[in-house]
Amino acid sequence: MDLVYLIFILILSIFLGFELIHKVPATLHTPLMSGANAISGITLVGALVGAGSEGSAITITLGTMAVAFATINVVGGYLVTDRMLAMFKKKNKGK
Amino acid sequence: MSSDLLINLAYTVAAVLFIFGLKFLGSPATARRGNTISALGMLLAVLVTLLDQAVIDYRWILLGIVVGSIIGTLAARLVAMTAMPEMVALFNGFGGIASLLVGCVALSQTGLTSFLLLTIFLSILIGGVTFTGSLVAWGKLSEKLPGRPILFQGQRLLNAGLLLINFGCGVLFVLYPEQPFWLYLAVALSAALGVMTVIPIGGADMPVVISLLNSYSGLAACAAGFAINNNILIVAGSLVGASGIILTNIMCKAMNRTLANVLFSGFGAADGAAGKIEGEVTPMTVEDAYYVLEAAQSVVVIPGYGMAVAQAQHVVKELQELLEKNGCEVVYAIHPVAGRMPGHMNVLLAEADVPYDLLVEMDDINPRMENFDVAIVIGANDVVNPAAREIPGSPIYGMPIINADYARSVFILKRSLASGFAGLDNPLFYRKNSRMVFGDAKETLSGLIREFSS
Repeated sequence: MDLVYLIFILILSIFLGFELIHKVPATLHTPLMSGANAISGITLVGALVGAGSEGSAITITLGTMAVAFATINVVGGYLVTDRMLAMFKKKNKGK
Repeated sequence: MSSDLLINLAYTVAAVLFIFGLKFLGSPATARRGNTISALGMLLAVLVTLLDQAVIDYRWILLGIVVGSIIGTLAARLVAMTAMPEMVALFNGFGGIASLLVGCVALSQTGLTSFLLLTIFLSILIGGVTFTGSLVAWGKLSEKLPGRPILFQGQRLLNAGLLLINFGCGVLFVLYPEQPFWLYLAVALSAALGVMTVIPIGGADMPVVISLLNSYSGLAACAAGFAINNNILIVAGSLVGASGIILTNIMCKAMNRTLANVLFSGFGAADGAAGKIEGEVTPMTVEDAYYVLEAAQSVVVIPGYGMAVAQAQHVVKELQELLEKNGCEVVYAIHPVAGRMPGHMNVLLAEADVPYDLLVEMDDINPRMENFDVAIVIGANDVVNPAAREIPGSPIYGMPIINADYARSVFILKRSLASGFAGLDNPLFYRKNSRMVFGDAKETLSGLIREFSS
């Protein structure tokens, strides 16, 4: 892909990120952080290509390690965020 | 070619799901759904990547995914809510090392241009710093390492040197990619840099560091995205990078300090000699505290890291219910940097079933502070220190605080008169309307509950 095109995507995404997170209430700072952290595990996608390639033993070993670490990040991150968010309750709900 | 198109279309959908996920995370009512939507985006991105023609052998992938899922699930299920800051730090570190490894793997591609090599170097640098930095943060938060800042002579010089040498190493790596030495050196230097930048940062500054590392993990994924020419990594990575920067900025503002000051000053290390405070503290027994609380019409609870340490969130909630039954209004005032990560207190109180609409942010509670009969300070110190308002020479001068001293009376639940994290005396303790209830916060609160029940 064209480099300029990738940089274009990068800049737009950064602006979008700023706009999205701009006014998150303090109550949600921890889940937001841990949810965003899970998204940063997207690097898993890159790791999959390495681990599943026909490359050398080193490439595959490193790729597999990357898959394992990124999966911990993704699975653990989403589950722990969900667990936290399940605890956030409004008043008079279910009482 | 058609599978390439399909993959990229699916990535676009995944990116949209991430965006909606983050958007929904912005409101308590929709946050849980938002997290699920973002997880679906991740699932879609992973599944469709497996269709990629470059992926031939699924055995190793399966191994990595199974191992990672088991560890991730167990960690997420078993971790105690009080251990959440270190858990988040650890997950973050794993994201960092994954990006570092992806950068290394990207080296095996054919047709590496200088630009690709540069992005590979950047994913190694940022990934490495994120990994070891997060590990140190994890160690500090779980008290496996000393939480106080570790400082020594020439530290800044050494760090600046490390960074410069690392960049030099990056240049050589791009110029001579066939020499693996530069790669290894870059990995080692990045790892060292991560350790060196986090050890001088003290416990109370951890909210800043965690959000910054969170941002780095996104940027590392972003760099890895350039290295392997994958746009979903770039989009998702930069979304996370941007959100981390915003959180970092909010945390810094809440401490009235610049990011550079947090990272390099070793704040709270030693000198707390900013003037002795004249006056006497007035201790109070649990029984007397009970009589005041029984008569109170409105109470504001101001929790801090000490509440997390004493695991007192459940007894706090019990006391809140008893007070409410007694016809008293109870709210919680939460300082943005109370605790060890952004939103730490909110999570703990949510665990204890405190409805989130009772948690009031600093800027909303301060104008109402005079109307409260009692402010109960539980394990908070610097965030209620009036020196930040009144003593221009104080290291925390200018930091926005919760004006607990404006309440009609202030109860401070504290083990002893030891100063807070910043090593500062707290003039609040010496105020005429302040009463110190010494002892373990949890026991004091249990004592109050017993008084109410009897």
